[in-house]
Amino acid sequence: MIAKLRRTMLFVPGNNPAMVKDAHIYGSDSIIFDLEDSVSPSEKDAARLLVRCALEALDYGTAERVVRINGLDTPWVEEDIRAMVAAGIEVVRLPKTENAADIHRLERMVAEAERESGRPDGSVLLMAAIESPLGVINAYPIAAASPRMAAIALSAEDYVTSLKTSRSREGVELAEARGRIVIAAKAAGIMAIDTVFTDVADDEGFAREVALIKQMGFDGKSVINPNQIPPVHAIYAPKQEEVQKARRILEAAKEAEARGSGVTALDGKMIDKPIIERAQRVLELAGRPEGPWHP
Amino acid sequence: MAPMNSVNREIPLPLRGLEGAQPFGGAWARHAAQPRKLLSAGRPTKVLGSLEEAIRKSGLESGMTISFHHHFREGDQVVNLVMEAIAQAGLRDLTLAASSLTSIHAPLVELCRKGVIKRIFTSGLRGELAEAISHGLMDLPVVIHSHGGRARALLEGGIEPDVAFLGVPSCDCYGNARGWTGRSACGSLGYAMVDARVARTVVLLTDGLEEYPAAPASISQVLVDWIVPVDSVGDPKRISMGATRMTRDPRELLIARRVVDAMDAAGVIRDGFSFQMGSGGASLAAVSFLRQRMMERKARASFALGGITSQTVRMLEEGLVGALFDVQSFDMEAARSLGVNANHFEVDASFYATPDTGGPAVNLLDAVILSALEIDTDFNVNVITGSDGVIRGASGGHCDTAAGSALTIVVAPLVRARTASIVPRVDTVVTPGETVDLIVTDRGTAVNPRRADLKDALAQGGIPTVEIEDLAALAEGITGKPQPVEHTERVVGIVEYRDGTVIDVIRQVKD
Repeated sequence: MIAKLRRTMLFVPGNNPAMVKDAHIYGSDSIIFDLEDSVSPSEKDAARLLVRCALEALDYGTAERVVRINGLDTPWVEEDIRAMVAAGIEVVRLPKTENAADIHRLERMVAEAERESGRPDGSVLLMAAIESPLGVINAYPIAAASPRMAAIALSAEDYVTSLKTSRSREGVELAEARGRIVIAAKAAGIMAIDTVFTDVADDEGFAREVALIKQMGFDGKSVINPNQIPPVHAIYAPKQEEVQKARRILEAAKEAEARGSGVTALDGKMIDKPIIERAQRVLELAGRPEGPWHP
Repeated sequence: MAPMNSVNREIPLPLRGLEGAQPFGGAWARHAAQPRKLLSAGRPTKVLGSLEEAIRKSGLESGMTISFHHHFREGDQVVNLVMEAIAQAGLRDLTLAASSLTSIHAPLVELCRKGVIKRIFTSGLRGELAEAISHGLMDLPVVIHSHGGRARALLEGGIEPDVAFLGVPSCDCYGNARGWTGRSACGSLGYAMVDARVARTVVLLTDGLEEYPAAPASISQVLVDWIVPVDSVGDPKRISMGATRMTRDPRELLIARRVVDAMDAAGVIRDGFSFQMGSGGASLAAVSFLRQRMMERKARASFALGGITSQTVRMLEEGLVGALFDVQSFDMEAARSLGVNANHFEVDASFYATPDTGGPAVNLLDAVILSALEIDTDFNVNVITGSDGVIRGASGGHCDTAAGSALTIVVAPLVRARTASIVPRVDTVVTPGETVDLIVTDRGTAVNPRRADLKDALAQGGIPTVEIEDLAALAEGITGKPQPVEHTERVVGIVEYRDGTVIDVIRQVKD
């Protein structure tokens, strides 16, 4: 199922059968089966086969199924794409994306895999991980490179290394990249996904970071541990007052439309298009407010 | 002329209304072992020089019954030490009645082979001893008791210990003993307290001899015959269950959250309620989520029962729980609390769980969370034999609390490694399905069809449920259909239900 929300995208190592077999039970919006960094070169084939079989045999419920393939410069990328598209993957995430040309190359390979496996043209979506300063500078061309593009994501570890700095609690080193990626994604009309938070024991630091990226405009976050899912969903969940207000805004807008008027007011404040869109977003988020414990 | 007694009084026997009365014969005539006490002789003492002397003085003979407790769990040093000394003394054919045995008791295999031990009563068996018994080590089958069932058997005479050898972390020279002080502190002595009451002779072993009086005491001096100082009664590092660290395992946390949601929807979490939580990861995590939910609901529990952990102690100290009834302390923090918190009460196994007494504490439970090796589609629970048919668990308070509690929740991951937890038929039934209300797994929650009320309550609370048959099918879809365990006809274990009836037998595993 293609996700309307991508608050949480859970990375699952593609070579770990125990984790692959029921990755959806924790309720993340998307699952990212990883064939790249968590799989050593000697296990690439085995992981690809495992994920392929899992995709074909198991029901992942309402979770969106994403694969992180190996990079375009690796010997595994073509077979990764062929196998995953044939197995019914919904989104292909490309690591280390530097420019629009990378997306065009990926797009050609995916389109060919669709033809080979008999899937409808354009059914597989793309996602790009941006992991370098050049990628950050090219964020908009990347985001707008293809109608298949669903999201761009910051991947901070390599990026920070390229900057010759390290990650801090406050994340000042990521501020510029995050800002550019959000703006590029929104300009292209797609989603922006934030990088992982690696200290899985630091609940407080994680919550602080999620609140920050939500406020910046990110649509969600990559997570590496299922325990990180409930706090993200809790932080992204609209408060009850927000939901009530959103409902009233949409009702008022509906009435105005029925009257043939484009603009209306609620509680003395003008309601226009951006306010209506924000209200719709609130109700979308409120649509799945429950935690991961009700898959 | 009527006889004169030893203080020269004429006692006209027989006396009307007290026909059996005997004339006084002197203050120590009937207690020759305790002559006139002299200050210079020092305080009387029951402390003996060696274990051998204690075994001799206890009157233990071949063929008798000896009892032990398991408060030192995997750190226990007492059973092996005493059994070795008994073997050295040349005694044979003994019935060993322990409240439980663990993998540290592997040396008993040899003593069973040599005929020193003829029969075993226990709640649990693990490791080499369990393996050997499952493969036919003993001539007589081992009898598995629940904690409440064992206390019942002790009080009713089904188990009659001739000598109880009870390790205690601290006691004084006259036998006042307790578990919350001393370097081998284990907290509650709840199981041992029943043995001390019923055994003909009580021998305490301790590595923490204290000045008299060690008061308050869990085992009173009036019950104790002899005391033997030993180097160590338990390895402190292995006494604690080590299960008190909050789990970070996402699967256990997922199950724990579901448990608390179900408890909430079932209406359990209200002011004055009561609960018992086991010691497994999911159970322990559930305590933490329960605590949060209680704070949100502003609900305070009247008591928590059972194995007590640092988590429940914290809730007592925060005022979220009114009292702790502690039959077994699972960690050092619980042991500490028992000594300092006025509302942390040590209770014995009969108060905890014995059926048919005036009423055990399990009867007042609103909810209990239990773990399981296997659960079947009739909701029967196996906590004693593994998927290979070998004994590797303990009955414990499982069936006692399941029967007593208003809401019995059993938790398990749907699949452990390559083994399904939800199966069409469990290998061995310890807890009958009619006492189990809810199964919570990582792949869904199933309500016992006997509890239509609960199904409605969960539906109203927005808690999705599945049929247990669907869980079993899902599990089998992952693991495949396992080869059935091959047994011989020979019975190696008898599983008693808490009332003393036989709920199942364990057959010898084919080699």
